[in-house]
Amino acid sequence: MKVILRNPRREVEMPGERRVKDVLRELDILPETVLVIRGDELITPDQVVRDADIIELRPVMSGGSQIAPGAGHPPTAPALRPSLP
Amino acid sequence: MKCRKCGGTAVLELRRHNAAFCAPDFLDFFRNQVREAIRKHRMLEPEEQVLVAVSGGKDSLALWDVLIDEGYRTTGLYLDLGIFDYSVDSRRKCETFAARRNVPLIVASVAEEVGAPVPVIKNVTRRPPCSGCGLSKRYLMNRVALDHGLGVVATGHNLDDEAATLFGSITHWQTDALARQSPALPSTHAKLARRVKPLYRLSELETSAYAFLRRIDYIVEECPFAKGATSIAHKEILNRMEDASPGAKHNFLFGFLEKARAAFERAEAVPLRECVRCGQVTTGTVCAFCKLADQVKRTL
Ligand code: SF4
Ligand SMILES: [Zn+2]
Ligand SMILES: [Zn+2]
Repeated sequence: MKVILRNPRREVEMPGERRVKDVLRELDILPETVLVIRGDELITPDQVVRDADIIELRPVMSGGSQIAPGAGHPPTAPALRPSLP
Repeated sequence: MKCRKCGGTAVLELRRHNAAFCAPDFLDFFRNQVREAIRKHRMLEPEEQVLVAVSGGKDSLALWDVLIDEGYRTTGLYLDLGIFDYSVDSRRKCETFAARRNVPLIVASVAEEVGAPVPVIKNVTRRPPCSGCGLSKRYLMNRVALDHGLGVVATGHNLDDEAATLFGSITHWQTDALARQSPALPSTHAKLARRVKPLYRLSELETSAYAFLRRIDYIVEECPFAKGATSIAHKEILNRMEDASPGAKHNFLFGFLEKARAAFERAEAVPLRECVRCGQVTTGTVCAFCKLADQVKRTL
């Protein structure tokens, strides 16, 4: 199977078929930190990925893509009062 | 895995809810969580006009999508930070979304407002890029809302963002920040818009799944300056806790909001004034945004 990883984008080949949760374990990825995408569908950790399949493991963590202080931003709480501009 | 609601094939497992859902039932679950957030914190009036701060990422576009479907009259605000390809691509995602859903989008440019884009501000000020960037965002969000007569700004902060912010504030015992951390911040001055975070009950996994299942074309890449941010380190720690004990993040954040936050609230008698230059609210004479713009202009 082909496993596509993102940020940065790269591909990993894995021989044979196995369950999603085993793929994640082998790649040392915590299950709730990625969407597991096959074709245009999401699949759960118990699903079996076949040898001919291509899956994408898309990270769900955001940092810096937010418009307001928050993910990926310096440790500033949303400021209305004391640290006004 | 079977959907908890209908028994069909599940597309997503949510361990902290000890459940799995099919796509339609997950979308229902998601919308219900947003409704609950809005109701509980009285974030928005029915059909209220809302400025939605969008970055092109999954959270803010998911937020915009769900608010449109819930019947709010929304206007998007995209702030062009001038951060290389990242800004070009993320702006395009927002424009595409706005055109597809037929909703208005305002674009404001940091380069025009401050005099230089974020990477140049970083060099001029010799401070981390997020410092000038965050300041500009906070300022412009509020000013654009006022200019357009909108009383409330909604942002896409999710449960993980909020838990990571809380974790950061606690590790440094920033008691002021703890007092301010809330899913809804009221207006404390006629020139300050309310700020609400309708996604605070939903994890990053859930906002990503929503965006994916709704076929929202969002930017997966990160801002190049996000790398190494402390909040990402905090998120990683929290993810390990969550993996060992599902629900840990939820309990951490919600326990704080329900039981601890009030203890940090003080009658803050910080007098608010209007900046003598731009008229926006500040605690000083000239606001930090005007000072930043001055510094940029002097240097370039
Ligand atoms: S990570 Fe990027 S977008 Fe976020 S505050 Fe820093 S510079 Fe701005
Ligand atoms: Zn179902
Ligand atoms: Zn000013």
